[in-house]
Amino acid sequence: MVDIAVVDYGMGNLRSVQQAVRKVAPGANIIVTGEPDVIASAARVVFPGQGAAPDCMREIRARHLDRVIAGVVGEGKPFLGICMGLQVLFEHSAEGDTPCLGLFQGPVKRFASGLHDAQGNKLKVPHMGWNQVHHGDHPLWAGIAQDARFYFVHSYHVQPSDAGLVQATSDYPQPFVCAAARDNLFAVQFHPEKSAAAGLQLLQNFINWNPV
Amino acid sequence: MLAKRIIPCLDVTAGRVVKGVSFVELRDAGDPVEIAKRYDEQGADELTFLDITASSDDRGIIFRIIEQVAEQVFIPLTVGGGVREVQDVRNLLNAGADKVSINTSAVVNPQLVADASARYGSQCIVVAIDAKQTAPGKWEVFTHGGRKATGLDVIEWAKKMQSLGAGEILLTSMDQDGQKRGFDLALTRAVTDALEIPVIASGGVGNLQHLADGVKQGGADAVLAASIFHFGEYTVQQAKQYMSQQGIEVRL
Repeated sequence: MVDIAVVDYGMGNLRSVQQAVRKVAPGANIIVTGEPDVIASAARVVFPGQGAAPDCMREIRARHLDRVIAGVVGEGKPFLGICMGLQVLFEHSAEGDTPCLGLFQGPVKRFASGLHDAQGNKLKVPHMGWNQVHHGDHPLWAGIAQDARFYFVHSYHVQPSDAGLVQATSDYPQPFVCAAARDNLFAVQFHPEKSAAAGLQLLQNFINWNPV
Repeated sequence: MLAKRIIPCLDVTAGRVVKGVSFVELRDAGDPVEIAKRYDEQGADELTFLDITASSDDRGIIFRIIEQVAEQVFIPLTVGGGVREVQDVRNLLNAGADKVSINTSAVVNPQLVADASARYGSQCIVVAIDAKQTAPGKWEVFTHGGRKATGLDVIEWAKKMQSLGAGEILLTSMDQDGQKRGFDLALTRAVTDALEIPVIASGGVGNLQHLADGVKQGGADAVLAASIFHFGEYTVQQAKQYMSQQGIEVRL
């Protein structure tokens, strides 16, 4: 019995995600896998990812993971997307003009370059570091302070068509969506596995989450 | 608002954290895993490990250290030192590093930066630049721990590394390193203004005002320091409180 599958499609290092999930679910059977059958059999699915959208989508399709992901989401299993695992759930990414999975409606756009903060300092892209997250009252935010800081590394951000999907925003310098959710699907732009206590709390909440 | 990062740096050799002056006169600072846990508890935003082991025989030690730290510390970990090929990047990421820092090998083989960032993403490729001032407003890239001049201009080199896919620049002033007189602020400002990617200022921190100066005057996105934390002069928390009092956004 696989309790938690961490989806491996060859994009980036999944060890950090695995370590952090193990920390909050020490007795669970956690498997890092790209095998469609194993992912389909898991009770919960974590969908991380790093790198560029065209490469991610190519690897996902080459491994037939697009159908598996749609399948486990459709079955109502708790599903957590992280970083590129948020972005590729949307319809289309401006990064390499890439069609994505389309489980959420809306595009993925790049941060504008040449912007400055209120002090006149240049805002760098990628948006890298600890930023404040303004969140709603979804169960995955339980025990996490309003405006808690999480660790981000990304140059693109999602723009849901439906405001009802938005579960959190951050500012750089304009507000952008950093968490989206619907039913059993929850996805974040930041890295909970690298966000110290707040990140571990979110992962713990995911492990305890039983969406209806 | 995005916080400025404070990054303690652990120079590791033979399984111990050490610190010297301008890369010589090494002094033992303790066990890397214990030190990493302590800095995490104090609120460090990231940790950087530089493997300064000279002998290739001992290179396995850093992997075991990173594996142990990654099991217990859930903040970004950068590891550098002796990274020569894409396989070295892969091995460090598999051991638990989130970012890999490339220094001398980027000069010897710039394609390594392009290949590694194409394969693993820019977010995990840090290019470390050791800079020495050659004239007012001019700095040259040095390699091999600051011993070898390259003839490369630091600003041009940093731009080239950005274009090849570096996600971040770790900028160390060889003139200031270990001197405790503060960062080379003109260098930091020149590089950060020239780039779109984040710049970590390094080399020369002797007190908390130096950290604040690196952000406010140097324009750094993150500040790195070693000895002020290792030898108990200040905690990371004290550094953050000081910077916050100076009006700098930090994660408290």
